[in-house]
Formats: sequence, structure tokens, C-alpha cells
Amino acid sequence: MQTFIVVLALIGFAAIGYTMGRARAVMTAGGVPKDLHSLPSYYGSYTALWIGLPSLILLAVWMIVQPQIIDGLVMGGLPSDMTAGLSDSQFGLLLNDIRNVATGNISSRGDDPAVAAAATQLSSLRHTGFILMVVAVFGVGAGGLAFARNRISPTLRARNTVEKVINVILIISSLIAILTTVGIVLSLLFESFVFFTKVPFYEFLFGLNWSPQTALRADQVGSSGAFGAIPLFVGTLLITFIAMVVAAPIGLMSAIYMAEYADPRFRAFAKPMLEVLAGIPTVVYGFFAALTVAPFFRGAGESIGLDVSSESALAAGVVMGIMIIPFVSSLSDDVINAVPQSLRDGSYGLGATKSETIRSVVVPAALPGIVGALLLAISRAIGETMIVVMAAGLAANLTINPLEAVTTVTVQIVTLLVGDQEFDSAKTLSAFALGLVLFFITLALNVIALGVVRKYREKYD
Amino acid sequence: MTDTTSSPQGESAGPARRPLTISPHLAKRYARERLFRTLGLASVATAGLILLVLVGSIVSKGYSAFWLHHVDLTIEFSVDELNPDGGPIEMETLQKANYLGLVRDALKREFPDAASDRRERRKLYGLVSPNADIMLRNMVLNDPSLVGTTQTVSFKMSDDMDTFAKGFIDRDLPESDRRVTDAEIKWHDHFEAEGRVHVAFNIDFFTKGDSREPEEAGIYGALIGSILTLTVTLLVSFPVGVMAAVYLEEFAPKNRFTDLIEVNINNLAAVPSIVFGLLGLAVFLNFFGLPRSAPLAGGLVLALMTLPTIIIASRSALKAVPPSIREAALGLGASPLQVVTHHVLPLAMPGILTGTIIGMAQALGETAPLLMIGMVAFIVDVPQGFTDPATVLPVQVYIWADSPERAFVEKTSAAIMVLLGFLVLMNAIAVLLRKRFERRW
Repeated sequence: MQTFIVVLALIGFAAIGYTMGRARAVMTAGGVPKDLHSLPSYYGSYTALWIGLPSLILLAVWMIVQPQIIDGLVMGGLPSDMTAGLSDSQFGLLLNDIRNVATGNISSRGDDPAVAAAATQLSSLRHTGFILMVVAVFGVGAGGLAFARNRISPTLRARNTVEKVINVILIISSLIAILTTVGIVLSLLFESFVFFTKVPFYEFLFGLNWSPQTALRADQVGSSGAFGAIPLFVGTLLITFIAMVVAAPIGLMSAIYMAEYADPRFRAFAKPMLEVLAGIPTVVYGFFAALTVAPFFRGAGESIGLDVSSESALAAGVVMGIMIIPFVSSLSDDVINAVPQSLRDGSYGLGATKSETIRSVVVPAALPGIVGALLLAISRAIGETMIVVMAAGLAANLTINPLEAVTTVTVQIVTLLVGDQEFDSAKTLSAFALGLVLFFITLALNVIALGVVRKYREKYD
Repeated sequence: MTDTTSSPQGESAGPARRPLTISPHLAKRYARERLFRTLGLASVATAGLILLVLVGSIVSKGYSAFWLHHVDLTIEFSVDELNPDGGPIEMETLQKANYLGLVRDALKREFPDAASDRRERRKLYGLVSPNADIMLRNMVLNDPSLVGTTQTVSFKMSDDMDTFAKGFIDRDLPESDRRVTDAEIKWHDHFEAEGRVHVAFNIDFFTKGDSREPEEAGIYGALIGSILTLTVTLLVSFPVGVMAAVYLEEFAPKNRFTDLIEVNINNLAAVPSIVFGLLGLAVFLNFFGLPRSAPLAGGLVLALMTLPTIIIASRSALKAVPPSIREAALGLGASPLQVVTHHVLPLAMPGILTGTIIGMAQALGETAPLLMIGMVAFIVDVPQGFTDPATVLPVQVYIWADSPERAFVEKTSAAIMVLLGFLVLMNAIAVLLRKRFERRW
């Protein structure tokens, strides 16, 4: 919060700098703005940039470096018998305790005088650090202001400089998308790599047994965790398959009806309705699946003598299918509408009925787009999390019976990472390996689907 | 020419045959046509029906969460109980006094015969919400003159009793099959007969944070958490998204690199949200050391997630501005950046804002990535800033949906109704914006 105020103050400072720079420029031009190279506001922006950019960069660097220096100082100041022979994680725990004491929270080691002393040192260091930071940041800002003021003259090409800086900022913004992808790939790869040093690669990809646990003691019963992900893949595919069985026909037929048959009034009512279905958060679908659909299937199964699990793949799959219907229908709607009217007219001219035209002319012409839409929908279903977390099971059953409980990749990622995380145990790290698999499968599906759709679009444009 | 005109005449030479070959199929073909058409309509109708069932089931489960049953008890603020050591009554003694005893005494006075059995006594004490003593303490601290008087005080019923009073527990079931015992039903009927049970709007649902007691739990904490998180998301994703869109649409040269960025953005839009959660955990929490469970980290993750949506929407809004406007501005001597900031951006702004609001609505409903970065913790306090532990509305729904108490089902549904309300509001604003400012060139 304090930092937030500093940032706000810096922005205020830059705003003052803007007016000062503007006034200065007009003054150097002898009060005649048209003698300036650029508009006066550009001289203002020039000054504001000189104040804001260096100081904000300094602030960011300071925020990253300061905690590390302070931690080092505090831990170095502890009595040596306390820190000697501590492992990394114990060291971290001690540091955490000191931080807790410093912020006034209750800590297990709060009454230890050495910890208390370290905590006071920590708070005082933080305090000094903050004051130093404020002084340094505003010093740099003031330096920037002085520099910019000195540079301002009627011949200074302020607009060009400002535009160059803005251009760089624009480029950086568009690079963030790439950085995100790189960040995803690197973080997943890195943690997965650590995981694969503990569990062999082939065992993970082809093992038939999934029970992610790590032993507390070596002689514990069932100590050896099994990280064979096949049951998860099968469970994911089963639920995805059920979802597509629901979503593909309903979504496609709705799209065909909306594009070919419905009059504008019906469209005006039905399209927003499907959009509402698409806008409902997945956690709501999950709640619906777990509390309404699953008991319904269970009851229906019981009444005809079937034993349906209360976390059956069927309930999760059907609700996921419902979630995907609008996705399928809006994408297919677009491709069906893109089919040229001349093709339809040709078919009508040969005497075909409307449904014959749709089945033998429109759908084949739109097929690549429809396939693309279905692939995107599958990728959606594979990556969907909340519905399966709330309605599918946790135990990894290797089965393709839709009435039994299965678990999926996303469910396991959530269960492995919610709660305690230890980044040195195979249990936590396996979530990243699962994430990596998930990322690459959905990526492959998306690339194929977008490729198919693009190829198709080029044909008729 | 003559050949083509003569051929239809040649065919019409046998007019009697055509109906013969076509008409037997015709009825079948028309039947198929009708079937196909009906199937299409049925699909749309199915989707509509599902939406109705979904909303209906949530509303029917959740509407009752907006009120609570209270019961009036006669509380004796006896001096002996509040100040057992005697002496002058000070704030400090009042602070520490045994208010739970007051509530229990009142209940015991009401049903003296229940007080003998230990198990039954516990049930009796469980009639009212476990926070009854805190309420009494606040009453007395606000008005110390209450000490020594006897007052009728209205207490929230405990969750099971409230559920029973709302009629969700069938009293005809055998005792072992329902959450309330025969004795509890008897007590309830006693109060009911005396007209001491009454219903009040559940204001706490909108003003309190989470709680383990369903009747005390509210969505205010989660709501503030959502607002803080979305603020971070908006502050990051809107400027970055718009700037990226401006660069890609207006300034970027067409080359392999910008192609790569474009493909990248399209793919990011389809990456499962949980993967963004893994990214946030590995990068924001473990690498940069941002606080766990905080709106800051959550907002950043959601910002990365909504960025593609905003970029794509902004690009199409920018694309829709006709080139003639750019050319006219350039012709008058504006620099390319001036063209964009003075003319193109303002004209594209409604479209950009619509896309942003839709992106924000997505972010508001998102749950999975936030579970990864610890926003799923049980948090009672209302978050005060961007680095306080917090939770958000959809995650609150998830937490409550996982709770075993029957009364949390209605809380969950009610929270969903609030969440859907916000989503409808945001989408309505987006639609309105589009309708109001959309320009066809």
C-alpha cells in the first residue's frame, strides 16, 4: 500500500513536471508557441517522461533487490549457533518466523529473544529502506526534471523524442503476449524437468497407476507413489467424449437452424440466449452438475436398476457439453454464414429442398470450419477445470464406463496444488508435468483448428 | 443459341412423366425437410430449456438465503452473571463477562425439562447461532445501562433450525433421517406458537465476510476481493492490451515477427485458464515472491488471461475505423502517432470498451487459476488492500459448494445469483455501449 502511494506521488510529480515543461518551452520561445519545433504539450510530455520513467524503473528494481539485501543482513545478524547446520527449508521457516514477528503476527518462536531482536532489526531496516527508496526515487525524478528543463529550447525536437519513447512502449506492450507464452512454457518445462528427474518420463506417460504421494518415512506402507498418468488421460478423454456427444449435435443443429431457417426476430431472441449460456461462469456449471444433474442421473439410474456413481463421468460430461454448446454453435454459425449464397441458389435451382441443400451443399462447403470449431471445442473441454473439480471424482479409475467416477488432468492439478505445496516433492511437481501435457495438447488442437479455419476462409473471401 | 432454347422445349415434350417420377419421393422429401427443421428448432429449444432449468434450479435453491429466521428470547442481564466478583461495573469486566451463560440461562428457563440430559441440553443451546454471545456483548458494551434489566432480544437461529423453519426439512421423516431431532422441532413449534419466531432480511449476507457458520457467512469479503482483483486486472490489461493492439494494427511492419506475435495472441486466447494459474504460481509467487492469496497476484494472472480478449477486440475496433480518416489527418500534417491518438483511438473507443467489459466479465467469473495461487483460503476478514489475503466471488461459491452444511447450499446459490447479477449488469453495459456508440461507416 505504501508503495502504491509512492507510485501515485510519482505520477503526480510527473504531472507537475508536465505543466512546468510546457510553461518552460513557451517561455524559451519568448511567449510565441509557434516558434517552437513541437507543440508545447510535447515539451510537457518530454519533461514528464524524464521524471517518470527513470524513477519508476528505479522503484521497480529497488522493490526486487531490497528484500533480498535486508533478509541477508537480518540472517547474518543472527547468532551463529542458530543458523548453523540449517537446511534451506528450515532457513526459510526461520526467516518466515522473523517476518511474522516483525509484522506483529503470532509465531511459534515469538518468545525467542534472538528472533525478537532480529524482528526489530528487520522492521527498522525495512523502515530505513523505505525512506531511502523514497528519497532516491524522488531524487532521480528531480534530476530528470532538471535535465529536461535544461534541454528545453525552441529547437529541441520534443515530439520526435516523445513519439520514439511511446513507440518503444507500444512494442513492449505487444511483446507481453510473447513473454506470457515464454513464461508458461519455461515455468512448466522447468518444474516438469525437476519432476522427471524423480519420476521417469515413460513411467509418467505410460504408467497405468496414479496415486500421487510421497513417503514421509522410508518404511511407510504404500510409500511409493505411482505417477502413471494414463488413467487421467483416459478419464479426461471419456468426459470430453461425453461432452462432445452432447454439444456437437445440439450446437451444430442450433447453428444450422439459426443460420438457415430462423427469421430475424427469432435470431434476435435466440442468439443472446446462447450468449448468456456462454457467459455463465464455469463454477456455476460445476455447482449445477454436482447438486442437480449428478443426483438426477443417480436417481434415474437407480430407478432402472443401474448403479450410477454420485460423481459419475456422465454428469460432469453432460454439463460440460452444455457449457460448450454455445461455443460450437456460434463458431459454426459464423462458418455457415460465410458459405456464399450462390452455392445455395444453385442447389435450389436444381430442385433440392432446403434440408437437402444444407446437408449436401452448405455443410460440406463449411466442413473445414465446422471441424475447426469442433476441435476448438474439444480443446476447451480438455482444459475445463471447475466443472470436473466439482462434479468428477478424485480417485484415478482406469475405466471407460461413463457411470463410474473418473478423474481428469485438471482435477489432479487442482487437488495437487490447493493446500500445502512443496516444490521439492514429486507430488507437487507432478502437477506441472500434467500442466505441460495439457498445454501442449490444447496448443496442438488450437494450432490445427486455427489452421483449418484460416485455410477455409481464404477459399471464399 | 438455338440449341439451348430448343432443349427445354424438347423436354417438355413428355410432361406426363415428370410428376410420376418425382411425386412418390416428394412427400418423403418434404417429410424429411420438416423433420430436419424440427430437429434444428428442438436443438435451440433444448439450449433454452437447459438455461431455464439452470437458472431455475439456482434461484429456487438460493432465494431463501436472503432472509433468516430469528427467535425472541428473554434475556436477564443479571448483575451476578455479568459481574460475578462484585464491585463497580467497568468496561473491562463487561468485555470479559460470560454472555454465553445469559443465552443458555434464557433457553434453560424456557425449557426446564430439557436441561437434565446433557446431550439434549447441547441441542437446546444450539437453537440459536453460536455468535449470539458476541451480539449480546456488543449490545451491552454499547449501552451499559442494560445491566440488571430484562430484555427481549431477537437472535438468529442456527443454520439447521433456520433451514427447518424455512420448510426445507420434512418433519414427517423418521428422526434418524433428518438433521433436526424431535425435541428441536418441539422447541421450534413452541416458539412458533407463541409468535416469537420471525423472519428478517439477511443483511449480514451482504455486509460480512466468510464464516464457518452458514447463518453468519456473507459475501462482502469476496465482493471486495473481486473488486480489488478486477481493479488490478483492469489497470494492467487495459493499457497494455490497447497499446499492443494499436501497435499491431497501426504501426507494426508486416513481417515474420509480427506474424508470430499475432499467432501467439490467438493461441493464448485458447490456452486453458488453469495453465495461467500454474504460470502465476511459478512466476509471480515463487519467482517474484508476491504474497499468496493476494488480489495483486490474482489480478495479474487474470490480466494475462484477459489480455488476448482485449487485444483481439481492440484490433477489430481499430480495423473498423475507415482509412480515409487516417489519410485526412495525415494530409493535414499530423504525425502517425497524432493520427492514432487524436482520431483513430477516440473513434474506436466504444468498441474497445465493449471488448474490455466483456473481458472483465470473463475475469470476474474465472475460478480455476485463482485456486492455484491460494485465493481459495478460508478468509474471514474483509481485505483492506491489494496485498491482503482475499478471495473472490466465484471462489467463494466454490468454497461454499464444498461445505457439507445443508444451509450452505442456499448460500452458494445466493452467491451465484449475486455473481450472475454482476455479469448481467456488465454485459448489459457492454451491449448498451455498443448500441449507443456503434457507428457504421
